[in-house]
Amino acid sequence: MTDRKTLQAEKISGHSGASPGFGMQRDYEVCKLVDTTTCIGCKACEVACVEWNDMPFGVTTFDNTYQTMPETRWNFWNLIKFNEHQREDGTIQWLMRKDQCMHCADPGCLAACPADGAIVKYTNGIVDFNQENCIGCEFCVSGCPFDIPRFNPATKKVYKCTLCSDRVGQGLEPACIKACPTGCLKFGSKDDMKFIANERARQLKENFGMENAGVYDPQSIGGTHVIYVLHDATDPERYGGLPKNPTIPWSYTIWKWLFKPVLGTFALLGGLGVLLHYVAVGPRRPQPEPTEKEATHGNGD
Amino acid sequence: MGTVIDRFDEKARRTFDSIGRTEVYKGELLRHPVYTRVLHWMVALFFFLALFSGFGIYLPWLFRWFTPIFGGGPLSRRMHPWFGVGFVFFFFLQMLNWIVPMTWCAGDTRWIWNIRRVVSGEQELEPPETGFFNAGQKAMFWEIVAGCIVYLISGIILWMGARYFGGIAVAISYVLHDISAIIMLGGIFIHIYLSTIGEPGTFHAMTRGAVSEAWAWTFHPAWYKKVTGRDPREAYEKALEQQRSTPPKTS
Repeated sequence: MTDRKTLQAEKISGHSGASPGFGMQRDYEVCKLVDTTTCIGCKACEVACVEWNDMPFGVTTFDNTYQTMPETRWNFWNLIKFNEHQREDGTIQWLMRKDQCMHCADPGCLAACPADGAIVKYTNGIVDFNQENCIGCEFCVSGCPFDIPRFNPATKKVYKCTLCSDRVGQGLEPACIKACPTGCLKFGSKDDMKFIANERARQLKENFGMENAGVYDPQSIGGTHVIYVLHDATDPERYGGLPKNPTIPWSYTIWKWLFKPVLGTFALLGGLGVLLHYVAVGPRRPQPEPTEKEATHGNGD
Repeated sequence: MGTVIDRFDEKARRTFDSIGRTEVYKGELLRHPVYTRVLHWMVALFFFLALFSGFGIYLPWLFRWFTPIFGGGPLSRRMHPWFGVGFVFFFFLQMLNWIVPMTWCAGDTRWIWNIRRVVSGEQELEPPETGFFNAGQKAMFWEIVAGCIVYLISGIILWMGARYFGGIAVAISYVLHDISAIIMLGGIFIHIYLSTIGEPGTFHAMTRGAVSEAWAWTFHPAWYKKVTGRDPREAYEKALEQQRSTPPKTS
């Protein structure tokens, strides 16, 4: 990262709270903070994402909720998931969570990917797909604990949120952050965002009586570079299927990095084995040698 | 076996024999007809295409070695399933063609328990009950049958991907597909070795289609007995005697 300050927002008109993106260059690791308790479901982030990434307009679906479409698409990387959660006392809690790539510290997609250079994790924590190196095998889809990568059948490539790596590389905040009108989206260093998130969770506990409020930063995959403040961190599943303990399948960890090379080498030892057999034991010949012309070699008793 | 399969194989062998030719010279026996040979080499072709296109995807550090053969990563990934389909298709026909001689019998179990003597070269002649295929060949055949089933099911899951079958199915298929490939890779070394330099005289069974009588009574005595009506051990002794009495020529 550079220490360039061009086009870095310091103040934004009509914008409450800390200025998004301000001071993000103090640390390498970046982080997006999504405060689900102040999200109003306006979908400005969805539009900003489509606009900035220059996506073709996709047809939305209507299912009697606010949900734009059931899940993200190859050309729609950022989707607010709405859920009407019924509490024990019968009251309804309307939950909204901005769903996008979590930019895991230990990315399952990267572990699953067989193609050289198709998935890159930058030192600032952004996990990015390079479509020109993608072979379209979709192993990343099965490696991802958040079900994020999306396949485009036309190009046979996989796409997902880049955390606006093109903007962040230029010292700008991601497009969704810039569009958020409530300040529920924040962007900065991982330490700062964790600090703000924990402060907000404390505030929710002390001032609003939400004793289960907390921060979602799952340590089972080494933490993520998108973190959430949740009203009830004990049950992230209710926020549109956020896994409580996301994990990478073992076929992409221990199998791929240990058993595959070891067993593959054993199979190659079969080749060495037959070579040594030829040298040490020798071939089995038809008994006796078929023609008179070949004399008696190889038939000594 | 079902008569439909018998009729199909019979017709296929006749058709291929009318197109291709098999020269059987004096002192030789017909081993494989044209149909069997064509199937074998189609299976072999698709096996190696699938093997090398799969290798690139098998391990990241083989990616740059094997994907350029097929025009790069994306094309390797596109073609590999079709190579696999070709392999399974031709092997399926070969299975119908060979299922009768490949049937396992009691002698084969004894052969397997006796494998140490075969590998060490102590056993020069096959036991008299060894027919058209020995137990090692049968084991390899049934391993490929099992492997094809694993390849086909796990391969279709990997081909279509997690969108259709879910991440867990893909993660499991990934491992099963690999295990099948590792076993077959190990097996192919033994197969190529024994059919070429390991047992001289075997290779042209699959190219010209004919083998020498000596080869037949050495490696497949029961088959020799069936096709010639002669006793393999007697023929062997006679040939040995004849060989001893012929003075060695210096060339």
